[in-house]
Amino acid sequence: MNAPFYNRRSFLVSAGFGGAALIAGGAGLLAPAQAQTFAPTTSMRGGSNNYRPGAPLVESLGSGFVMAGMVRQAGTGAPLEGMRIQIWAATTLGGEREPRNHGSVLTAADGSYRLEMEQIVPNFGQPHAHLAYDDGAFQTVFLRPVMPSASDTSLRADFVLARS
Amino acid sequence: MTERPARAPGLTLLFWPGLGLAVLLPVFIAATSPYLAGRGVPYVISGFAGIFCLGFLLIQPVLAAGYLPGLDGAAARKWHHRVGSAIIAGVGLHVGGLYLTSAPDTLDALLLVSPTPFSVYGVLAMWAVILTAGLVAFRRKLGLRFAVWRLIHNGLAAIVVVATVVHALQIDGTMGTGSKWALCIAVLVMTAVSLLDLRVIRPLRLRRPGAPG
Repeated sequence: MNAPFYNRRSFLVSAGFGGAALIAGGAGLLAPAQAQTFAPTTSMRGGSNNYRPGAPLVESLGSGFVMAGMVRQAGTGAPLEGMRIQIWAATTLGGEREPRNHGSVLTAADGSYRLEMEQIVPNFGQPHAHLAYDDGAFQTVFLRPVMPSASDTSLRADFVLARS
Repeated sequence: MTERPARAPGLTLLFWPGLGLAVLLPVFIAATSPYLAGRGVPYVISGFAGIFCLGFLLIQPVLAAGYLPGLDGAAARKWHHRVGSAIIAGVGLHVGGLYLTSAPDTLDALLLVSPTPFSVYGVLAMWAVILTAGLVAFRRKLGLRFAVWRLIHNGLAAIVVVATVVHALQIDGTMGTGSKWALCIAVLVMTAVSLLDLRVIRPLRLRRPGAPG
């Protein structure tokens, strides 16, 4: 089909979008559009359960399972480097209080973090991990992401941090 | 087994091994779960207490309706009372074991702020079990007419059964999926059948003049 570059319908559609954009832009003066894309991550229910502040920086907590994600700054979405993310979970090694299941990693220059660990197993009925950013420069966030399946061998959790 | 079934015609005798298998098979399957290796003793005990309690919920309506050949009347009532006590103890072990494993997760559940959607059903079942225990313990003091007392007991039992099944089915744990579903369906069906039989069918039969009791 030879689609015309421009027709009345596309004009109406684009005019409609333009009008919507103007209205949205007006509201955007109060809350920049970017802040909506990179709104601060809020802590999840039960996220801080069995938290032990100051988990040691580790190379890995075992092998076979990968916990990874991105850490960005609220508003701009700029990647945050050198942020300490504390991770703990129930794995084949033991429960969430097992010291070998607690460790920290630092984010790379692109804001990403990655920790290889033992396979996460269901704990209290759900296979899940716990993550924390709790170092003061930004507001503390506790996450408790749940794996869609207990047989998953990786899990992602992203942080958008707001200045404290 | 302390109570031996009396001689009953062929097929009904299958009720005993059938009931035993329905209750114990899920326990045996859970005992082979690889998750057990990474769990502490309180957590393991807690899990099995929960599985046993689910199985006890299959036995209770059977005893209440006197379906087990060779075990009816006073003997069935006595065992219904004993299994009821075992359920109360099981709930105590279940919640206590979870508390020792992770106090914050258990408190979240008890305070209804847990992130897990199934814990609220577990807590509901727990409270219905506690109320049932009170209903039984203070039966005389409560001074309720027996028909009223029985209706409250039945209502609480129905809540315990439905809430426990919803709780169990949503949990990703040591139980095998197939045996868990089978046991849960059996518990629901047996509860419905015995409630219908005891509260509707038998009273209607008694009301009909000249009908056999």
